[in-house]
Amino acid sequence: MVKRLLLASLLGLSVSTCADQRSHTHAVYMLIDTSGTYAQEVGKAQRIINYLLGTLQSGDSLAVARVKTRSFSEKDIIAKVTFDSRPSQANAQKRAFRDKIDAFVKSVGGSAYTDITGGLIQGGMFLNETGAGRKTILIFSDMQEELDKVTIRDFPINLKDIRVVALNVVKLKADNIDPRRYMGRLEAWQKRIEKAGASEWILINDIEHLDRMLQS
Amino acid sequence: MIWPGNPMASALILFAIAMPFLYAGRKVVHDLFRSIGHMIGGPLRLGARWLFATARDMKERNKAVLLAHGREEVGQHIEREFERIGALVTRDLEGYPALQRKLLEEITRVEEDYKKCGEVPPPPPEWVEAVTAIAKVKSDGNEMVQRILEEIKRSVHVIHDKALAEYRRASESRHKILNGFMPFWRSLDKTFGQVDKKLTGLHDTSSKIDAQMEKYEQINKKTERAEHALTVSAFTQFAISSLVLLIAVGGALVNFKLIALPFSEMVGAGDYLTNTLRASDVAALVIIFLETTMGLFVMETLRITHLFPIIANTSERMRRRVFWVAVVFLFIFAGIEAGLALMRDMLSADKQALVQSLASGRQAAPPDPLLRLIPTTAQMVLGFVLPFALAFVAIPLESFIYSLRTVGGAALVMLVRVLGFVLRILGNLVRQLCRVLVTLYDVTIVLPLLIERVVKAARSGGSEAESRSVKRAA
Repeated sequence: MVKRLLLASLLGLSVSTCADQRSHTHAVYMLIDTSGTYAQEVGKAQRIINYLLGTLQSGDSLAVARVKTRSFSEKDIIAKVTFDSRPSQANAQKRAFRDKIDAFVKSVGGSAYTDITGGLIQGGMFLNETGAGRKTILIFSDMQEELDKVTIRDFPINLKDIRVVALNVVKLKADNIDPRRYMGRLEAWQKRIEKAGASEWILINDIEHLDRMLQS
Repeated sequence: MIWPGNPMASALILFAIAMPFLYAGRKVVHDLFRSIGHMIGGPLRLGARWLFATARDMKERNKAVLLAHGREEVGQHIEREFERIGALVTRDLEGYPALQRKLLEEITRVEEDYKKCGEVPPPPPEWVEAVTAIAKVKSDGNEMVQRILEEIKRSVHVIHDKALAEYRRASESRHKILNGFMPFWRSLDKTFGQVDKKLTGLHDTSSKIDAQMEKYEQINKKTERAEHALTVSAFTQFAISSLVLLIAVGGALVNFKLIALPFSEMVGAGDYLTNTLRASDVAALVIIFLETTMGLFVMETLRITHLFPIIANTSERMRRRVFWVAVVFLFIFAGIEAGLALMRDMLSADKQALVQSLASGRQAAPPDPLLRLIPTTAQMVLGFVLPFALAFVAIPLESFIYSLRTVGGAALVMLVRVLGFVLRILGNLVRQLCRVLVTLYDVTIVLPLLIERVVKAARSGGSEAESRSVKRAA
């Protein structure tokens, strides 16, 4: 009997040592631009969040934060959650998360400035804390950063091993006059993100393509 | 380049310069080619020979294993047939004394009745004597005598009628007795029919034993026929058991789908054993394997399969205990699976409702309870039944394992033979290639070879002329 127990414990030990120690979870940090006229697009952002809630699995993390005048703050995180390993609990958490987002969408107001960099730094820190295997920052914005005179953001940032996805980057009136502005803006962001050590920079304007990106 | 701008001419000049050296080294190069041919071809041929010998050995070993397995199988068959005969004989001989008694009683009764039928009413002896005496009386036309005789005749007629009626009555009663025979005859017929049926059954079983014994003898004699029959049987078994196992794997997959999701509720969905293998999936698979193992034990203890000799060799009491333990475990697993199937249904419905509400932005209306009840019940029933269905996997598994030895052995022998054949071909190819290279070498130095031949011919011509002149002078 003792021999059997020993064998069983050895087997258990070998299984536990064989277990894959890498994290297979996915953490997503979504930045929603609420500055100026872009605040009207928040309905689309809600649909994306709902989609994320339907896609993310137990153990995954999701946080939604707003981009406003200064976004490098935990206070700007509207809702965050790490889904329970039990699917039933995860479903309940998803429902609660959706309710929070619904409340935010109803009460959202525009901000004077757009601090995307601050939001990215905050998102990077949050994602690194989760220890997830795959980390993604979704930026729902026109990518037009506008900072007040006091805010300082012109320094290198760290987004190592994080995938950054720009969503619904709408064209501004000025972009319509000179499309090079739009191209230049995106190019500048891509350079900055890649310089920050991000694993990937993706631009998705058609939301239908989001599922393919999330599954990869 | 010797001739700048003309590589062809340069090459020709180089070739012309090299030709005497090539001619000089002809023997060495020939030897080199031959040595290379032997060096490569020899081991290849040796390898081929070794492989063929190995294939022969393997075939012999396979044959020995096949015959041993066949002997064991046929032996078991014979044993089972003997058991069957034993049971038949015990059952029938147990009832044989009663049957015999019944038969004897019926026969005695029939005999008695038959004797009764044989008894006819004896003719009254006085009558015979009186009639004989009167018949001797001479009438001679005497009226008196005539009248007496007539009176006697009339009386005789009356008495004759009476006797006839009596006789008929007796016959009637005999017929009645004979009629009463019928049920006994039927009973006798039925009893004899039963005996005949049982004897025929015994005869059939003994014929089967005869056939098996013949097979056993063939195997013992190690005849080609027996080997061929066993091999064909093994291949057929392999194909059938593979097919059944595939079906069983399908059933196991359905079972896995039923319990994988609820297991993530218990074990957690975030733990991974490998890059893609979740701990919850592994736990579900382990449960399925455990169910199959319990099924295997049930089949073993029922002596349907013989994969574990240790179970077959245990005492009857222990075997029964193992059987009941395995059955109880199977029931527990079946109950757990039914519960998990219910949980899966609930989780799926919850997830579905969440996805719908996320997509439409409002709470989805609950579905018709009856519509939900049917799939829920079906899943629960499936969850309960599948472990028992999986228990029967032990039977095709045993056939698969035993036939795999024969089929795998035959395939291995074929593979080794093919390898040997390839090596032999390669060896021959290398040797022939070396011969071709020797000839090609001679072709390249054909000019010096021609000169050599002419010189040799001239020398031999000169020496012949000299010898002829010497002979002439002599």
